[in-house]
Amino acid sequence: MKTKVLMFGWEFPPHISGGLGTASYGLTKGLAKHGVDILFVMPKAGGDEDQSAVKIINASDVEMMEGFDHGEDYWEFVRFIEIGSNLVPYLDPELFEKEDSGAIKTGDARERVTLRGKYPFSGRYGINLMEEVARYALVAGTIAARQEFDIIHAHDWLTYTAGIVAKRVSGKPLVVHVHATEFDRSGENINQQVYDIERQGMHAADRVIAVSNLTRNIVIKHYGIAPEKVVTVHNAVDFQSYKEMKVERGVPEKVVTFLGRVTYQKGPEYFIEAANKVLKYYPDVRFVMAGSGDMLNRAIRRVAQLKIATRFHFTGFLYGDDVQRMFAQSDVYVMPSVSEPFGISPLEAMRSGVPTIISKQSGVSEVLVHSIKVDFWDIDAMADAIYGLLAYPALSRVAGREGLEEVDRLKWENAAWKIKCLYEEITGA
Amino acid sequence: MKKTICFYFQLHQPVLLRRYHFFDIGKRNDYFDEYMNRSMIRRLAEQCYLPANYLMLELICRHGDRFKISYSISGLALEQFELHAPEVIESFKKLAATGNVEFLAETYAHSLSSLSPTGEFESQVRRHAGKIETLFGQRPVTFRNSSLIYSDEIGERVFNMGYKTMLTDGAKHVLGWKSPNFVYESATRPGLKLLLKDSRLSDDITVNFSNRKWNEYPLTADKYVQWLQGEATGHEVINLFMNYETFGEDQPAGTGIFDFMRHLPGRILDTTDFECLTPRETVEKHQAVAPLHVPYPISWTDEERDVTSWLGNELQSTAFEELYRVQPRVQALDDPGVNETYLRLQASNHFYYMSTKLFSDGDFFTHRSPYDSPYEAFINYMNVLSDFLIRVNRI
Repeated sequence: MKTKVLMFGWEFPPHISGGLGTASYGLTKGLAKHGVDILFVMPKAGGDEDQSAVKIINASDVEMMEGFDHGEDYWEFVRFIEIGSNLVPYLDPELFEKEDSGAIKTGDARERVTLRGKYPFSGRYGINLMEEVARYALVAGTIAARQEFDIIHAHDWLTYTAGIVAKRVSGKPLVVHVHATEFDRSGENINQQVYDIERQGMHAADRVIAVSNLTRNIVIKHYGIAPEKVVTVHNAVDFQSYKEMKVERGVPEKVVTFLGRVTYQKGPEYFIEAANKVLKYYPDVRFVMAGSGDMLNRAIRRVAQLKIATRFHFTGFLYGDDVQRMFAQSDVYVMPSVSEPFGISPLEAMRSGVPTIISKQSGVSEVLVHSIKVDFWDIDAMADAIYGLLAYPALSRVAGREGLEEVDRLKWENAAWKIKCLYEEITGA
Repeated sequence: MKKTICFYFQLHQPVLLRRYHFFDIGKRNDYFDEYMNRSMIRRLAEQCYLPANYLMLELICRHGDRFKISYSISGLALEQFELHAPEVIESFKKLAATGNVEFLAETYAHSLSSLSPTGEFESQVRRHAGKIETLFGQRPVTFRNSSLIYSDEIGERVFNMGYKTMLTDGAKHVLGWKSPNFVYESATRPGLKLLLKDSRLSDDITVNFSNRKWNEYPLTADKYVQWLQGEATGHEVINLFMNYETFGEDQPAGTGIFDFMRHLPGRILDTTDFECLTPRETVEKHQAVAPLHVPYPISWTDEERDVTSWLGNELQSTAFEELYRVQPRVQALDDPGVNETYLRLQASNHFYYMSTKLFSDGDFFTHRSPYDSPYEAFINYMNVLSDFLIRVNRI
C-alpha cells in the first residue's frame, strides 16, 4: 500500500525566498518517484506550483477550525496556540524594507483575532509571522480532520505547531524536518519564542530528521532530543532546470566569489581577511562579495580600511539569473560559514564547474569530497586554498571537473529513499 | 629439492612537510615538520622496528643459518633513524653481522625516479648502495624499487647498473595463468632474474591477520605452514614480501603478531620441505622458468597493481613534471643542502597523498595521509616546491 503523507511546508517553487522551498520541492519529487503520496500544505499557494509530485493544499482557502464546535477540543487548541505577536524572527533586509513600508502593527493582536473563517496568509517571513504561524496551525487542525493520511511531516519551525496540531487531531505519527535551527540563524543570541516552538516540535515528534550531522548534534545538544530519535538525511540538489550560461567577462583577472547573506552566520569577515592575504602575493585577482545583510556596512568599511577596495567589490543582493551569472564569472567560490546546517550554494557553484572552498562548519562538507575544506576561522588555510586554486591551474581543473561529477551524483531520490524507509519504520508498514 | 621461502621486509618513512603557506614562498626554507617526523620515527621505533629487530635476532640465534631474511630500507628512513632513533641502526648492524641478512638496493628517497627519464634514478640507487655499504658493510646485489614498481624499461635500467636480481609484484594482469612461485626473468634483459610477491600469502599476514571477520581468523603458525605446503606443491619459491610496519604498527602487538612470527620459522623448518633463503641465494639456486613481459609499470599497490596511486591524476603529473624538470639544475649545482631537500621532496608518499583515486573511501584516506584531502596535499607540496625552485634558480 502506498504511504500517504500530510506535509506542512512554508514555501514551494516558484514562490520562494530561501532554500526551504527548493528543498521541499526536491524532496517531494524524490518521494513521488518512490511511490509516496503527498498532500503538501502551504500558507499561500500561487496556483502555479508544479503539482506533478504533490497535491497542494492552500491554507488560505481553508476555513479555520471548521468541524470543531466550541467544546473542549476547540479551547484546548486555542490555549495551545498562542496567537498574536509582533516578533520579527528573521528577516532578509530586503524583506524587512518591504514590510517596514507598510504599517507596523501596534496594539495587542489578540484582540483582533477571529478564529473562524479564512485567513489570507502572506506566506512570507513578515512582521506578523508569529500570528501566521499560529493560524497556520489552526488550519492544520481542520485539514488533519478532513484528510486521510498515514504520517505527518513538518518542515522547519514555522510548521511545527501545525504538525503538532495535526498529530493531536489525527493521532498519526509526526516527523519534523530540521533544515535550520535558531542557533544557526542567530548564533548564541537566540529568539526564545522561536526556540520554544522548535523544541516543542522536536519533542512532540516521533522522529526528527536533520539535514546534516552538524544539525543533528545541535538538535541533540541544544534541544535535548534523544539521539536515537534523530536521523540525518543530507539534502541533495536538483539541476533539471539548469541551463548553461555563457557570460562575457568584463575583467581579465580571475574572480573569487562569496555569495550569500552578509550576516554573522555566513562568515563574511573571514573572506575579507583571506582576500587581503592573497592580494598581497597574487595581485591579478578580484574578490566579489555578492549579497546583502546586516554586516554589509561593516564589511565595506573593513575593505576600505585594508585599502583593497579597487580589488574587492560588492554587488548587493542578486536576484534570479544574476546568481548563476555570478557563478559563471567566478574562478573560485568560497563559503566561509560559521554555522551552516547544510548549504546548497557551493553545489550550485560546482554545477557551474567552479572549484569551491567550504567551511568545515557546514553540513554540506559532510557529503562533499571534491571541495577544499577549511575551518571558518582559519584565515591562513582559506588564503592557502584560494591561492592554490589561482596559482596552480591543474588544481582548479581537477577540483572543477571532479566537483561537477560529484554534484551530479547527489540525487534527491537517494535522500527521499531514506525518508521513505523512515516512514515505513514509524508506521510499521 | 627443498622449496624456498624468501622473506623480505620493506622500511620507509618519508620526511613529512610542515604546513607551508603561500606567503612563505621566497622567504622560508624550513619545509619539514621536525616535531612530527621525530615523534613518528620514535613511535615506530619503539612499537615496531626495535621489537621486530630483536625478534629477528632471536630467531637467527635459535635457527642459525637455517633462517634468513632480507630488508629494503630507504635512505630517507636510515637518515631519520640516525637523527631520531640511532638504536634502530645499531640493531640493524647486529642483524647484518649475523650474515643471515641481505640488504637490498633501492632508490635513496623511495622515489618515483624510475618513472622519470632523468639520471636521477641511477644517481639515487648509487647513493643508496653507498649508504648501505657504509652502515652495514655489504654492497647490495639485489634491487627492489619503490612499492615494487617494475616494467621492462625499468628492468633494463636496473640491469645496466649491474644488478642481476629484482623484486616485483606477481600482478595477475601480467602473469595470467602463470604462478608467481617460480623465478622469472626479464623478457628484454634475460640476465635479470625476477622474484614475484605471493600476494595472497603475504597479505594473509599483513592485512588479514587481526581481522576477526576473516573466516580463517585466528591465524596460527601451524595453519599458515599448511597453506605454504599447499602452495608449494608443484612450485619452487614462495616470496613473502611485507611492510615491516606489519609488526607492531599495522598489526599492533596485542594482536599476537609477534608471537606468530616467533613461531613461524620453527614450524616452517620443522616440515623439512622448506628452507629460508635470501633473494640472492634464491636466484642462485633456482633457474628462471620463463620470461616476463611488462610493457607498462606494475606495483604492489591497490587492486590495479599499477602506478595510478602516484601518477593517476593531473595534480600528481603536474607536481611530478615540475619536480623532475629541475633535476639537471640540481645535479649541476651539486649542493649538499639542495640535494638533501631534493631527495626528501621526491618521496613517493607526497604523490600518494595527492591521489583522488580512493578518496571517496574516506577511511582509507585518513589512515594513510597527514592531509585532509588530496587538494590540500597538492597545495602544500606545490607551495614548497615553488620555493625550492626559486631557491635553486637563485643560487
